[in-house]
Amino acid sequence: MKDSKPSPGKGGLNAEIQSRIGHQLRAMYDDVVRQGVPDRFAELIRKLDGSGQNHPQINPAGDFDAKNSGRD
Amino acid sequence: MPLTDSLREDILASVPNLRAFAISLSGNGDRADDLVQETLLRALANIDSFQPGSNLPAWLFTILRNLFRSDYRKRRREVEDSDGSYAKTLKSQPNQNAHLEFEEFRAALDKLPQDQREALILVGASGFSYEDAAKICGCAVGTIKSRVNRARSKLSALLYVEGADDFGPDDTVRAVIGSSR
Repeated sequence: MKDSKPSPGKGGLNAEIQSRIGHQLRAMYDDVVRQGVPDRFAELIRKLDGSGQNHPQINPAGDFDAKNSGRD
Repeated sequence: MPLTDSLREDILASVPNLRAFAISLSGNGDRADDLVQETLLRALANIDSFQPGSNLPAWLFTILRNLFRSDYRKRRREVEDSDGSYAKTLKSQPNQNAHLEFEEFRAALDKLPQDQREALILVGASGFSYEDAAKICGCAVGTIKSRVNRARSKLSALLYVEGADDFGPDDTVRAVIGSSR
């Protein structure tokens, strides 16, 4: 693996930095995870029942259609 | 497979992670929630193509990631999140120092190439294996590994090396590393 970073040179210090980066990344991410499921999504999933009629009537973007290749 | 109650529960249970992924990718809370909503609609509309017993989170993440990328190409980040509107979506407002540190981290993350950013998030935060991350991104496992490594190196350079040329153990360095020594 090529590793062309401007390394601080000391393996220990680098490991410390890497662990700090990992910690920051997870802190950022987990903060959102902890917010749970906003009502709008709980409702959305509840409304669409499994009978296959998932018509995009709940459609904020206006153009949701997996088969619509004509967007853009 | 048909949308059973238990599948619906599983999808619901994936929402917090989908949101975290979307926010980490896009850096914008409102846009992230739109992405999640579109992901859910698309997943539910295509639920028949989900293989029972396969990895539901990975399937949903794949949809979200592809939506984000097609959206990204279209919009090219016309709305930059430069003033920390991401932080406003956080429930627990961090204190001033932690807030600054957070903004710095967020800014550095946004500087990564998209391939590297998504690989790092999937492996380092979402907790996917390299194998699953490779499937989500549609590339080889080795590619994911090298993207994650490059992402870590770049973040490390951006956050901890840039502007501290000889990286001596001075106060600045100690402060940013948060050393307890």
